[in-house]
Amino acid sequence: MLKLFVPCDSVARAVGADQLADALSAEAQRRQVEVQIHRTSSRGLYWLEPLLEVETAEGRQGFGPVAAEDVAGLFDALTAAPAEHPLALGLVEQIPYLSSQQRLLFARAGITRPLSLDDYRNHGGFEGLAKAALLEQAEVVAAVLDSGLRGRGGAAFPAGIKWRTVRDAPAVQKYVVCNADEGDSGTFADRMLMEGDPFLLIEGMIIAGLAVGASKGYIYVRSEYPDAVHALNEAVLLAREAGYLDTTGSGVAFDLEVRVGAGAYICGEETALLESLEGKRGIVRAKPPLPALEGLFGQPTLVHNVLTLASVPIIMAKGAQFYRDFGMGRSLGTLPFQLAGNVRYGGLVERAFGLTLRELVEGYGGGTSSGRPLKAAQVGGPLGAWVPPSQFDTPLDYEAFAALGAMIGHGGVVVADDTLNMANMARFALQFCAEESCGKCTPCRIGSTRGMEVVDRLIASSDPAYRADQANLLHDLCDTMQYGSLCAMGGMTSYPVASALKHFPADFGLASPEAAQ
Amino acid sequence: MSDETLDLPVIQRVLDHHRETPGALLPILHAIQAGVGYIPDAAVPDIAHALNLSQAEVRGVITFYHDFRTAPPARHILRLCRAESCKSRGAETLAAQLREQLGLDDHGTSADGAVSLRPVYCLGACACSPALELDGQVHARLTPERLSALVSGCLQEVKPC
Ligand SMILES: Cc1cc2nc3c(=O)[nH]c(=O)nc-3n(C[C@H](O)[C@H](O)[C@H](O)COP(=O)(O)O)c2cc1C
Ligand code: SF4
Ligand code: FES
Repeated sequence: MLKLFVPCDSVARAVGADQLADALSAEAQRRQVEVQIHRTSSRGLYWLEPLLEVETAEGRQGFGPVAAEDVAGLFDALTAAPAEHPLALGLVEQIPYLSSQQRLLFARAGITRPLSLDDYRNHGGFEGLAKAALLEQAEVVAAVLDSGLRGRGGAAFPAGIKWRTVRDAPAVQKYVVCNADEGDSGTFADRMLMEGDPFLLIEGMIIAGLAVGASKGYIYVRSEYPDAVHALNEAVLLAREAGYLDTTGSGVAFDLEVRVGAGAYICGEETALLESLEGKRGIVRAKPPLPALEGLFGQPTLVHNVLTLASVPIIMAKGAQFYRDFGMGRSLGTLPFQLAGNVRYGGLVERAFGLTLRELVEGYGGGTSSGRPLKAAQVGGPLGAWVPPSQFDTPLDYEAFAALGAMIGHGGVVVADDTLNMANMARFALQFCAEESCGKCTPCRIGSTRGMEVVDRLIASSDPAYRADQANLLHDLCDTMQYGSLCAMGGMTSYPVASALKHFPADFGLASPEAAQ
Repeated sequence: MSDETLDLPVIQRVLDHHRETPGALLPILHAIQAGVGYIPDAAVPDIAHALNLSQAEVRGVITFYHDFRTAPPARHILRLCRAESCKSRGAETLAAQLREQLGLDDHGTSADGAVSLRPVYCLGACACSPALELDGQVHARLTPERLSALVSGCLQEVKPC
């Protein structure tokens, strides 16, 4: 019996994993070979997808990327000399890209079947919940605080402080809300986790509910992720059947509901998300009141990103000290970085904070996929700065990036080669802001459109004095948006714009950095 | 044009199903769109009544979110990702190719109702950019040839046989 593993991850499917699985079972039937094809999550080594793994006595042997046409030849090789097949990768867990990672959140990635409770439990699932259930609420909150975990949605606020605030808030009804809107381009860790290991998120939310005294949780998933919605809905049903949800026996009843967004980037902002959950337009609320005190339907609400909540079972199972031993400074634990764009080896790299951007882009990523010179990397999504290679030795640490005028955000890294025009990208950042602004404040709603016009005039002009003038205007506009906006949508659109202008003035037709001052 | 009153039973079922759902408007709109293909204007008064909202509030929500349609969709919806990762891998060239091949702008619908183009900002496929979504299915590592084949596929079905 041949045991094969093919990912069911949506992006593996987008490059042919379903066709591969079909071809494998057809070929096996033709040859009358008995096979078992397990559809697992993805390892996140996306340049190798579709990645086929074959069980052997030594471990799982990998082949990739495998097209359906390769299947007949592969079957020949499997019975003769598998290691000599041109697509052979050796033992998957020894691929340096993977073996050098520190996978806590993605420990099961590529190994388990997303909707198998048995697979989940056999690989450490629900150990964190078992420990947390024996503790007082305050002890769970203390563990989260001690772990040093900070919110992974972008703002990096210490999670434990939020937990304490929600726990201490007196209310009959409290909520836990998972922000699964993952609107940032260049990011896909939330998607992978929800599609590939949905029980981990569910476990994290149950622990959060126990600790803060919330009986109801919502997962708000963007509509662009139908596979994640499906996996979560199925996983919630399975967890409910197995007694993990709505467990009246264990003291606190907690139940979960999956809600689907409707294509609005701003609904990733937590207060707009709450409005959307309440059935309204996604308009940002002024803070205070903090959602922790007056959140969903006016009740105390713990809002966290997918990765923040999914880190909690690990912290509970292995201890706060174990978790905080990863990382540097005040950036503790691991972050699944997402390598995307014009990069040779795109994929998910979970590492402790502190490795440099260069290690990530050049080490793991192998430089540009085009083979052309590296120009910049945008770190932290569409509101993140474009970082030039001269700053690539900066360690990936929240504070170090803030000092550059950049941010790590959700850990997405989009690599660009020298053909990407940064004036166009600055214009796009403003256009995106104009399209996605909730409209509540003027600098964001109007400033973004004015900004596009300025960039257009700047690029179109051949008069150096006029260009310098427009560049100054753009700087002023960035300042106004940065300091005059209610939320980071308007406030941080200045990051990609100002960084492009600062580091790549030539793309705007400006002579030198000084000309742009 | 279809008679919108024919859709009213679907709408009523959806509203009944969500009678107890707190903050039910988005789930209701999604369910109606899934059942009918779009949100018929005739549904608005019923939704408003069921949720104790004004019709203006319901319309405000429908127009705020990019996903909701108020007219029947084309037979195929092609959403090319135009966000940064895909742009860095040639998405703009593919967009130009689409405009040319279909004779449409970025938000256009072909006159025969075969294809609608929509931009989308990230499908989470950024490690395999460029990417698009065609009728709910994601295709990544796009090349001009692959795109052209996908579009031809949409156009060919149109001919009645
Ligand atoms: C425009 C905008 C978009 C955002 N999008 C997301 C998102 O897609 N996912 C997310 O987790 N947080 C997003 N955030 C951050 C949330 O507002 C909030 O800080 C986060 O959900 C808190 O969770 P955390 O403590 O786990 O980071 C966004 C913020 C802004 C201003
Ligand atoms: S900055 Fe933009 S998105 Fe944020 S509240 Fe103001 S208008 Fe809305
Ligand atoms: S930017 Fe295109 S899929 Fe993410």
